[in-house]
Amino acid sequence: MTPLLEIKDLHAGIEGREILQGVTLTVYAGEVHAIMGPNGSGKSTLASVLAGRAEYEVKSGTVLFNGQELLELAPEDRARQGLFMAFQYPVEIPGVSTANFLKTAVNEVRKSRGQQPLEPAPFLARMREKMKLVEMDASFLSRSLNEGFSGGEKKRNEIFQMAMLEPVLSVMDETDSGLDIDALRIVAEGVNTLRSKENAFVVITHYQRLLNYIVPDHVHVLMNGRIVMSGDKDLALELENRGYDWIRTDTVEA
Amino acid sequence: MATDKPILDEVVLNEYKYGFTSDIEQDLLPKGLSEDVVRFISERKEEPSWMLEWRLKAYRHWLTMREPKWANVHYPAIDFQDIIYWASPTKKPSLASLDEVDPELLATFAKLGIPLEEQKLLAGVAVDVVFDSVSVKTTFQDKLAEVGIIFCPMSEAVRNHPDLVRKYIGSVVPTTDNYYAALNSAVFSDGSFVYIPKGVRCPMELSTYFRINARNTGQFERTLIIADEGSYVSYLEGCTAPQRDEHQLHAAVVELVAHENAEIKYSTVQNWYPGDKQGRGGIYNFVTKRGICEGRNSKISWTQVETGSAITWKYPSVILKGDNSVGEFYSVAVTNHMQQADTGTKMYHLGKNTRSRIVSKGISAGKSQNSYRGLVKVGRNASNARNHSQCDSLLLGDKCGAHTFPYLEIAHPGAVIEHEATTSKIGEDILFYCQQRGIGMEEAVALIVNGYVREVINQLPMEFAVEAQKLLAISLEGSVG
Repeated sequence: MTPLLEIKDLHAGIEGREILQGVTLTVYAGEVHAIMGPNGSGKSTLASVLAGRAEYEVKSGTVLFNGQELLELAPEDRARQGLFMAFQYPVEIPGVSTANFLKTAVNEVRKSRGQQPLEPAPFLARMREKMKLVEMDASFLSRSLNEGFSGGEKKRNEIFQMAMLEPVLSVMDETDSGLDIDALRIVAEGVNTLRSKENAFVVITHYQRLLNYIVPDHVHVLMNGRIVMSGDKDLALELENRGYDWIRTDTVEA
Repeated sequence: MATDKPILDEVVLNEYKYGFTSDIEQDLLPKGLSEDVVRFISERKEEPSWMLEWRLKAYRHWLTMREPKWANVHYPAIDFQDIIYWASPTKKPSLASLDEVDPELLATFAKLGIPLEEQKLLAGVAVDVVFDSVSVKTTFQDKLAEVGIIFCPMSEAVRNHPDLVRKYIGSVVPTTDNYYAALNSAVFSDGSFVYIPKGVRCPMELSTYFRINARNTGQFERTLIIADEGSYVSYLEGCTAPQRDEHQLHAAVVELVAHENAEIKYSTVQNWYPGDKQGRGGIYNFVTKRGICEGRNSKISWTQVETGSAITWKYPSVILKGDNSVGEFYSVAVTNHMQQADTGTKMYHLGKNTRSRIVSKGISAGKSQNSYRGLVKVGRNASNARNHSQCDSLLLGDKCGAHTFPYLEIAHPGAVIEHEATTSKIGEDILFYCQQRGIGMEEAVALIVNGYVREVINQLPMEFAVEAQKLLAISLEGSVG
């Protein structure tokens, strides 16, 4: 089986600083991978490089997405081929309603696949349906995207967009940051509903808390730009109990 | 961030690719301005002597005036003796079919959704016999005449409706008002005249007609619209299609008069040639537009979408003289490359319970400069005056400028004046967010800009709102093909 995502010895950084120093990671369809690590270890850089943020520079290494060179694609083409990033800090777009934004996004993706734009009525019905996943009120559809939304509402909106765009690979960049326990549960339940044999998730988080709800198949520890340890969901619990220092010591000794 | 620039540059650095010129057979005067030129123009237009006297008075006053220098725009001195003030508009179609027209221009027309026959007119292509502007004009005029509406070229109005013209011309913008208004008064070529009789609601947008005929508008246009008691008219000036003109200086005057319970809605879409990336060759658009709410409960509403011209100098204003009268100004001004815009409005509250609303949305890209300049004046007797102003600026890139110059002159203690202003930037983070959802750069800019201007675009007549949205996207897109 071809992996959905295959990262090999990825070196990348920003403004001349190398942050990722040889990341290797393989993700198959149907899997959930958690990437954990202390602040500054390179977690968000990894997400940004995968999504294609222009200010990040790739020095070396390869990333295959569905067997295709991901790094050669423009950000919008990555998205059109099924890569989704749930942002740590979703932006606000004044004057552009959530519904209009999503309609544009979904139809641009459809266009790239040679499909016709969706009819407005069924599209609206589908949006209403998917909003229920994350307990969002339909009134959000007519509001400007994320404008005046609370932190929790913004994160729920990310998962709602994920549901609408039906990606094959979702990278969640610290989706749990700034969420209270109820919002965390809602977001996690939404993601769990979207999990299937055909898609995969890379969940980037600082804390183990989210992983109580979204149970990962694999947990990786990213430190100083490298994956220094991998395990199953129990590794996350161990990190919660012991922190990251013991790994630091271990890897230095090893 | 250094990496912002290439992407934004790409979006912003599109040239006005769809300009065009056509060979013109002209009956023209030599360059220069004098009393003789004014007399010549008046004579050629077969004007009555009072009209000539009015022009001459304006000309003599103009000689004593100086060019205004207060606007936040910069350009080389204009040599007023180097301008041709009379050229008879005998435009001959220079192209045999649309096949000969620049494909990029056609692509723009298609994007704007302009009907095929109109495309021909706009591109200077010979038009089918069944469809010429004369027949269209006749159809419209019959329909309008049924309800007593007068809608004709200004020069025709001077001859056929001298009493109305004489009563109102210069009553809102006097010949002595400002440098360019005085010049216009002396040498105006033509324009439109509209009179809506008492109690008549104009049965159509005065737009389609105008759009077809807009290509022949001159350098010094003069428009006068009178809405008599209890009447209503919606007038649309300009064209979303790109317009190029051999004249560099355009100095139009528009006067609106709204009597008791009357309403005038005046919408403008301006897309004159802005010059090349270095700012060479663009049109200077120095316009005086003013309306007076003469009667009680009258209303004047200006809506403008300005995307063209090298320099725009324009302040559509309302004199709120009648009690309970309402003035509105909704504006979108886009500047790109080296364009400069100094535009805004003036609201003069004179009557009691007068209200005004100002919504100005500036968009700057490239190395352009975009200024909002607005005056809200409340007179001594204007009890209970209300104004709300909202001035927003949107920046694309980091080489452009946005400026806001609000002026308030309040002589009545009971006035309630509110002013809100914001400046924002289409940041790389917003663009990236859109891209990450599958929306390409150009669609993203269009989406964001259209969201930003929604409040103003909603004021335009429906068909034009759609075109104006597309025009905004095109003005800021990296390519048109």
